[in-house]
Amino acid sequence: MSRAAAQRAAARAKAAPPMDVRASDARAFVTPEGVDLRLRVAGAAERASAFAIDVGILVLTLVVFSLLALFALAGLGRGAGRQGQEIVAIVWLLGFFLLRNFYFVGFELRPRAATPGKRIMGLRVIARSGERLTADAVFARNALRELEVFLPATFLFARGRGVDGLVILLGVIWTGVFLLFPLFNRDRLRAGDLIAGTLVVASPKKLLPPDLAERPLGAPDAAVFTQAQLDAYGVKELHVLEEVLRSADRRTMAAVATRIRAKIGWTEGPDMTDRTFLAAYYKGLRGRLEHRMLFGHRRKDKHDRV
Amino acid sequence: MAELQLKSNRFRIEREADWRRLEVLLEKVEQKSPRRLTTKELLEVPLLYRSALASLSTARSISLDQGLIDYLEALCTRAYFLVYGARTSLPDRLGRFFSEDWPGAVRALGRETLAATLLGVLGAVAAYWAVSVNPDWFYAMVPEGLSGGRNPTATTESLRKTLEGAGPDGLSVFATFLFTHNAQVAVTAFALGFALGLPTAFLLLTNGAMLGAFLALFISHGLGVEAIGWLMIHGVTELFAVTLAGAAGFSIGWAVAFPGARTRMAAASRAGRRAGTVMAGVVIMLFVAGLLEGFGRQLIQNTGARYAIAAASALVWGAYFYMPRRRRAP
Repeated sequence: MSRAAAQRAAARAKAAPPMDVRASDARAFVTPEGVDLRLRVAGAAERASAFAIDVGILVLTLVVFSLLALFALAGLGRGAGRQGQEIVAIVWLLGFFLLRNFYFVGFELRPRAATPGKRIMGLRVIARSGERLTADAVFARNALRELEVFLPATFLFARGRGVDGLVILLGVIWTGVFLLFPLFNRDRLRAGDLIAGTLVVASPKKLLPPDLAERPLGAPDAAVFTQAQLDAYGVKELHVLEEVLRSADRRTMAAVATRIRAKIGWTEGPDMTDRTFLAAYYKGLRGRLEHRMLFGHRRKDKHDRV
Repeated sequence: MAELQLKSNRFRIEREADWRRLEVLLEKVEQKSPRRLTTKELLEVPLLYRSALASLSTARSISLDQGLIDYLEALCTRAYFLVYGARTSLPDRLGRFFSEDWPGAVRALGRETLAATLLGVLGAVAAYWAVSVNPDWFYAMVPEGLSGGRNPTATTESLRKTLEGAGPDGLSVFATFLFTHNAQVAVTAFALGFALGLPTAFLLLTNGAMLGAFLALFISHGLGVEAIGWLMIHGVTELFAVTLAGAAGFSIGWAVAFPGARTRMAAASRAGRRAGTVMAGVVIMLFVAGLLEGFGRQLIQNTGARYAIAAASALVWGAYFYMPRRRRAP
């Protein structure tokens, strides 16, 4: 193979994944059966939201427990004075410690490998190596949460003047490094993930959407496109068209239909609605591109000519 | 007719039922538990998973329906984690943890444990000496909130009272605070090991210093024997736990500083997993220490009995971790 050909092949291999749009977040994850699942790394905002939900749940639980303890005391006929305060203090000190240490570990050890917050955001914890997620890894990643979140929090709540104030400020900065750690690496790893060898990925539940080529709306056979008209676009444009059709926004469809009609010089059937036209063109284009794919050529986009 | 129906569409129609079936089973497992599946359903899962994977491969090479491919990727990912997920049941896993993993991980950290112990002892000795020479050093070693009124200005009588466990009001809050404080020290000592182990060393030193300062205070009032009994009934377990946590922190710091043949990341995560095992055990030890502190110390007032419990706990932990044992056949 000549060098130029090799370079071209390498370039094609690089551009090969069809998920061009979100390629930066996709990670190769090959199952033992040899299929790449292309997992998507969870973004910083999703992770933060999941954590906020979890902390909300923890605080709510503690409030409920404190109230229960107070009611129980009142039920025993004791005053709510000093003893009440004491009970609430114990609930918060001990409860928060137990909860924050066992809530995360407990949920991440279950089959879903996600806390309720992560569940809601459609995330889960996996082992970076692709092996099984072990209990040790889950424990290690959560023990470091202490350093990343709760230590900066104690510094923030600390009060001091002069030298003490300076120490507190330095503490906030030093621990802040760990808090912001996920923003500075491409896998969005917390220090805990780094130590435990874990990764948080998106694992959403998806419903099977209807096949747009199955029931072309209106009268599909009225529109028959020539090969030249179908060769105007590639896979990338097909996927954009798919998104437009699935979102079914009238104005976007009108704009897109106008563009396509102009590009392929479509003059027939002026009474055809935009949606019908787009659905028919989608089916035609997909059929044409899939046909070419079967013969070994995946046409990346409209600039890709062979 | 071939023109009217795309090949990729026919492919989807043929296999859709299998995918839906897999989805139903996954839903059942994720909402409830794997035990809710019947044997027949359980046997069905791996077959459906492999056929879904095959469908995904095929779909990627023949279909341009992005919605379908996204769906199959999500479905296969969910099924993958079920099929290759946890194999052992929780009781099995716990059994292995107590019989092999935990003592094994602790033994593997022998060098670090020695270093952590030396640091703690060094802190204690230095603080003991400093406070004996000048009692004012006590305030520098022990934070106000932790001393609970035990400071150089206290009378011998009031100090003796604190040892009997009939302390002032709010003692339960104080005990809880101490427990969470010590657990905090342990977890932080581990977590900070990441930064090359330096903060861990500092924490171990200060923790030892606190102990030394307390001892110096009580011994100067002639209460040394009673104070050691009061401290060590739970302190043996607790200090051992803090030392192990520090050792776990050191092992990570060491791996980060000197990763050897591995990459720094790989070395850190390897050390981190072993240290994670140790830390899971440390939390259990701290819990035991909390029980001893909360109940044992209040109920057992006899100094001799306190020494006996301290010695027994030292023996039990030492034998559990370090006694040579037969390897179980793999």
